[in-house]
Amino acid sequence: MSRIILKSKRTTLIIIGVVSFYLIVSASAPAYAMHIMEGFLPPKWAIFWWVVALPFFVLGLRSLTNITQTNPELKLLLALSGAFTFVLSALKMPSVTGSCSHPTGTGLGAVLFGPLAMSVLGSLVLLFQALLLAHGGLTTLGANAFSMAIAGPFAAYWIYNLTMRLSGKQRIAIFLAAALADLLTYVITSIQLALAFPAPIGGFIASFIKFAGIFAITQVPLAISEGLLTVLVWNWLQSYTPQELELLKLIKQESQG
Amino acid sequence: MTNPKSKIPNSKLHNWLLVVAVLTLAIAPLIFVRGGEFAGSDDKAEKAITEVQPGYQPWFKSLFEPPSGEVESLLFSSQAALGAGVIGYVIGLYKGRSQQQNSNNEHSD
Repeated sequence: MSRIILKSKRTTLIIIGVVSFYLIVSASAPAYAMHIMEGFLPPKWAIFWWVVALPFFVLGLRSLTNITQTNPELKLLLALSGAFTFVLSALKMPSVTGSCSHPTGTGLGAVLFGPLAMSVLGSLVLLFQALLLAHGGLTTLGANAFSMAIAGPFAAYWIYNLTMRLSGKQRIAIFLAAALADLLTYVITSIQLALAFPAPIGGFIASFIKFAGIFAITQVPLAISEGLLTVLVWNWLQSYTPQELELLKLIKQESQG
Repeated sequence: MTNPKSKIPNSKLHNWLLVVAVLTLAIAPLIFVRGGEFAGSDDKAEKAITEVQPGYQPWFKSLFEPPSGEVESLLFSSQAALGAGVIGYVIGLYKGRSQQQNSNNEHSD
C-alpha cells in the first residue's frame, strides 16, 4: 500500500519536473513582472480597487480577532503564515521570460486559516513593500491587495477544498492551491491593467493578452516553485503540529456546518 | 498519519527533493535563457503601458524610494531574513515540542 503511494508521489514529482523543464527551455521573451507600480493606475481605477478591497480587509480583521481570541495557541501558526508570505514576496526569482518576479506565498495561510485572514496578512506585506521598497504603491495598493491578498487566497481555498473532495490527496491539493493562487494573482494583475489601459485597437482583449504575456507567463515556473515550497512547509507542519492542524480542521467544520 | 514514525525518513527525502526542484527552477532560466536581462524594473513596466497608451504620466510618486540598488537589495534581504527568522523560530519551537512529547510518551510506556 505504502509502496503504491510512494510510486504515485514519485510520478507526480517527475511530471512536475518535466512540465517545468519544458516551460523553461521552450519560452523566451524579455519581460518584467510584479505588482502594479505607484501612480500607474488612473485615479478612477485606483479608487475603484481600493473600494473593492476594503470590505475584505475589514472582514479579514474580524476573522483574525475571532481566531486569536477563541484559540490564542494558533497565534504562532498565524505568524508563520504571515512570515511565509513575507519571505516569498521578497524572493525575486529569475524566470523563463528572461525577467524576474516573486511568488506570493498566500496559499499556505489561506488553506490553514481561510482566505479572509490572508487578506489582512497579504495587504500588510504589500503595504510594507509600498512604503519602504517603492515596490507596488499606495495608490495601487487596493488593486494589488485585490489580486494578491484577496483573489489569490480565495482561489487557493476553493482549489484546496475541491481537490480534497475529488482526490483526497492532501499534498497535491496543497500544491495546486498554492501554485494556482500564485498564477491567478498575476492573471488578475493583467486584467486590472487591461481594464485601465485598453488597447486602441482590440480594446480590453488585446491589452489583456499583452499584459498576461508579460505577467502570467513569467509567473508559471514561480507558481510551481511556490507550490513546492508550500508543500515543504506543510510537511513540517504535519510532522510537528498535528494538534494545531486538527484544531483548524475542527474550526473549519464548525464554520461550514 | 496513523504511524508518523515510520514516515519520517521517507518524508525527509521528499523534503530534500522539493528543495532541489525549487533550486532547479530558479537556476535553469539563468542557464537556458540566452540574452535575458533578468530585470524587473519599473522603466520596463512604463514601456509596456506607454505602448498601449502613449503619453500616460504616473500621477503619484512613491513617498520613499531606496536611494540606490544596494539599499533596495538591503531592504529586500532584510524582509526575507525577518520572515525566514520567524519561520525558523516557529518550526523549531514546534519540532522541539513534538520531540519532547515523543520522549515523554516513551518514558511513560
